[in-house]
Amino acid sequence: MEFGLTQEHQNVIAGVRRFASTELAHEAERADREERFSPETLRRMAQQGCLGSILPREWGGKGIDFITYGLLHEEIGRVCSSARSIVTVHDMVALAILKWGSERQRKRLLPQLAVGEIMGAFALSEPRVGSDAKSVEMTAERSNGAYILNGTKKWITSGQIADIFLVLACCQDKPTAFLVERDRPGVSVEPISRLLGMRASMVAQVDFRQCEIPSENLLGREGFGFISVALTALGLGRYSVAWGCVGIAQSCLDACVQYTSQRRQFGSFLKEHQLIQAMIAEMATNLKAARLLCYQVGRLKDEGDPREITETFVAKYFASRTAMRAAGDAVQIHGANGCASEYPVQRYLRDAKVMEIIEGSHQLSQLVIAKSAFQEYEQSRETAGATSSAEASLTDSDRKPEGCG
Amino acid sequence: MDDSKIKIRAFLSRFFQAAAVAENDDIFALGFINSLFALQLVAWVEKEFEIQIEDEDLEIENFNTIEAIANLVARKNGRAQGA
Repeated sequence: MEFGLTQEHQNVIAGVRRFASTELAHEAERADREERFSPETLRRMAQQGCLGSILPREWGGKGIDFITYGLLHEEIGRVCSSARSIVTVHDMVALAILKWGSERQRKRLLPQLAVGEIMGAFALSEPRVGSDAKSVEMTAERSNGAYILNGTKKWITSGQIADIFLVLACCQDKPTAFLVERDRPGVSVEPISRLLGMRASMVAQVDFRQCEIPSENLLGREGFGFISVALTALGLGRYSVAWGCVGIAQSCLDACVQYTSQRRQFGSFLKEHQLIQAMIAEMATNLKAARLLCYQVGRLKDEGDPREITETFVAKYFASRTAMRAAGDAVQIHGANGCASEYPVQRYLRDAKVMEIIEGSHQLSQLVIAKSAFQEYEQSRETAGATSSAEASLTDSDRKPEGCG
Repeated sequence: MDDSKIKIRAFLSRFFQAAAVAENDDIFALGFINSLFALQLVAWVEKEFEIQIEDEDLEIENFNTIEAIANLVARKNGRAQGA
């Protein structure tokens, strides 16, 4: 299927694919084992244009379209989900500033974010607030032309390395977004380790205690932090996660095709056993379907079609299920080897599970998708009713004798 | 303006029974709006009317009725044409 990528964008993807297949692939296992993403690899990723690629050229980005963006994230996610998630949250911050930031915020931050001079992190979740994101407990109080922030953010990807946090806090009882520099007094960062998956995504807990920020650090308007800023960012994050899941599923398929072509049991290669073929077929089919859903969302996003919001939930839901199932089968196919750190499929499985939770859990996605399905059903009924009425009136007029109207 | 209102009502009809909503009925107060829909509404207004919703446009009063949305579109279009 052709999606009309420009030669320039194809070159961007090819460059990132080369980088991911070599340098990043070399880093991924070590990063997972040591639970740390190397600054040098991050710097190389920035050089490859992986960071802030969605930003327009005028701000130093690559100005790529959403389909190209998705393909980039598939390439990164195919090799290292931790790397992809670091890039994703960085881009979420950049996009939110691009869309809702003041001119001053854009000028100050976007050129630096575009080249990775500074790293961004999206600080939404809290110890007691996950999917119910509008209920954040962190507070922001106005004080002499400034805001005083108090609260704790948890599970913050890139929290250990971020220079600037996009923080959602409750201001005048309304969710409001702020930009908070890491070096502000009152900000403290505690690394979170021994996670199930995406262990090198530099996750942290970030505490804000009497943290004073100037009013110019308000992002968007008071009370619109969730509807505008957070949902804009989360939409991009969800899209990236969907493509990242396609990357994981692709890696699982590649690993299984290779492994089953080399390993023999019962006198023949594994790939010749029909029950193995069934798992490979399931993996390949779901992978293609997930990729097509992601392409569809990319096209809708590029066209500015509002349906992209619910369709992103569909793609993310299906792709994360696909990745999880593919990774589970990949471990199964690899047998005991699949449970060992020498083979990457165990990492894919751990990372895939996390993908089912982040940027909209399965259950949250299901609620949105079901609601959309009911709306589409109601709309189709109304349309059918209107069509029937029109046909009925046409039929009535047809019955009239010619010339009597 | 009337054309805008027809388009807005048609869009809203994708989500609830907008035919029964008067031009000045507060769709937020009627309980039709959730955050995801609000974002879709903003995205749709931008695409359909080829305008850019800016930070300063994000007031409930700009989006809470069919008439308010049409007024916002007219203002933004007028500003763009006058620029």
